[in-house]
Amino acid sequence: MNVLLDHLPEFRDGFIGTVLLTAASALLAMVLGVVMAGFRVSPVPPLRFFGAAWVTLFRNTPLTLLFLVAWFVVPAVFGTGMNPWTKALLALGFYTSAFVCEAVRSGVSTVPLGQAEAARSLGMTFSQTLRLIVLPQATRTVVPPLSSIFIALTKNSAIAGAFSVTELFGVQKLLSDKGFAIAPIFLWVALAYLVITFSISGLFRLLERRLEVAR
Amino acid sequence: MSGVSVTKAADDAAPAADDLVVLSNVNKHFGALHVLQDIDLTIARGEVVVVIGPSGSGKSTLCRTINRLETIDSGAIAIDGKPLPQEGKELARLRADVGMVFQSFNLFAHKTVLENVTLGQIKVRKADKKAAEEKARTLLDRVGVGSQADKYPAQLSGGQQQRVAIARALAMDPKVMLFDEPTSALDPEMINEVLEAMQQLARDGMTMVVVTHEMGFARSAANRVVFMADGKIVEEATPDQFFSNPRSDRAKDFLSKILHH
Ligand SMILES: Nc1ncnc2c1ncn2[C@@H]1O[C@H](COP(=O)(O)OP(=O)(O)OP(=O)(O)O)[C@@H](O)[C@H]1O
Ligand SMILES: [Mg+2]
Repeated sequence: MNVLLDHLPEFRDGFIGTVLLTAASALLAMVLGVVMAGFRVSPVPPLRFFGAAWVTLFRNTPLTLLFLVAWFVVPAVFGTGMNPWTKALLALGFYTSAFVCEAVRSGVSTVPLGQAEAARSLGMTFSQTLRLIVLPQATRTVVPPLSSIFIALTKNSAIAGAFSVTELFGVQKLLSDKGFAIAPIFLWVALAYLVITFSISGLFRLLERRLEVAR
Repeated sequence: MSGVSVTKAADDAAPAADDLVVLSNVNKHFGALHVLQDIDLTIARGEVVVVIGPSGSGKSTLCRTINRLETIDSGAIAIDGKPLPQEGKELARLRADVGMVFQSFNLFAHKTVLENVTLGQIKVRKADKKAAEEKARTLLDRVGVGSQADKYPAQLSGGQQQRVAIARALAMDPKVMLFDEPTSALDPEMINEVLEAMQQLARDGMTMVVVTHEMGFARSAANRVVFMADGKIVEEATPDQFFSNPRSDRAKDFLSKILHH
């Protein structure tokens, strides 16, 4: 019997769960990461400090620990209203944002200083300078590392399965608990992850090519 | 352009009300290095001042303090009667009134020539896009690069890029323009086209501070030459006086060097 065909709905739900969780966390990590990178290069010392603290905290904490915090500490402090999916989103998004922040920051440092000085001398504010002049020019150097960061995120989302969020890796547990042979289940789960990560790297390669063509 | 240039050809003693840029007792350190030492400098509306001096004497730093790209340690700088504010919205507004042209052009590499000249108008002056483009094209024509409007900076020669940079600064209707060695990065055959654009600007009554070693420009366009050495203003004179009869030894020494190469 084929485990995949017999349990197509479970696999499908797991696959969709992983895709959605990865996409949502990626989005959150992007937004937070760019904002934190902005903080880290800002002229305001408290913001710089906050950005640095954020990165230090989330880059150096094991992700599993962040999940435990989201599951057991966050409800104790903020109430129990949050569903598991949101908690997983926050843990993954915050964790990944630290890496996005550092990628963006190193991209920003490749943009010649004269670009920001020219913008400031025209009367642009710090945030205008960052948004309109520096970040667009940093994009080209930021895209390749982002690709690896999001692939890592995809695989990291497997931890959510252990916390009973419906996603690919959890399907494996579900089925092997039911007594199916482990090897084919693993194979199919691994292939499904491969589909997602290949799509990500393909997407980013396309994006890179695009950015090269634009001048 | 600014609509207030009713000034007569620069008198030697301009009235105080016409002082546009005033630096008083300005000091600046880079670590232990005292780059600006007790600088007093007043620039009148419509005046063209050329700053000259050996490498490392603080010319660029002086220029950059005027729009606060460099902060100062003590003293005061006022533009049109207003002291330079702290970093923030108000400083940004004031910077828009001070045009700056850099040695390395610093055109926005990811924007077309036209966008380079419209961006500040739209984002800082809140002009509408159509009016900004019209003004940009007029200015680009004026500096002779109108036909390059849709190219990217990297596709232009150095001389063309620098003229675009001048147009970009002019688009903000600045009260004063700062030039930091605008022709030093250019091949010799491109220097003149940039100097001509600057000369035109001087004739139109723009207040200008120009760091340059181009003596032809200083002689024909400047009202005053300021000679700097080791972070101090050593000598101030009319171009004729300065080049034919410098008073200080530092200036004599410096001039003999640049005249003989
Ligand atoms: N950001 C900085 N940090 C430290 N030292 C600096 C900095 N910028 C300039 N300096 C130093 O300050 C001094 C004055 O520099 P500045 O660029 O103003 O000189 P300059 O007169 O413009 O020289 P040049 O003709 O070479 O452009 C130099 O000794 C320089 O090395
Ligand atoms: Mg200099």
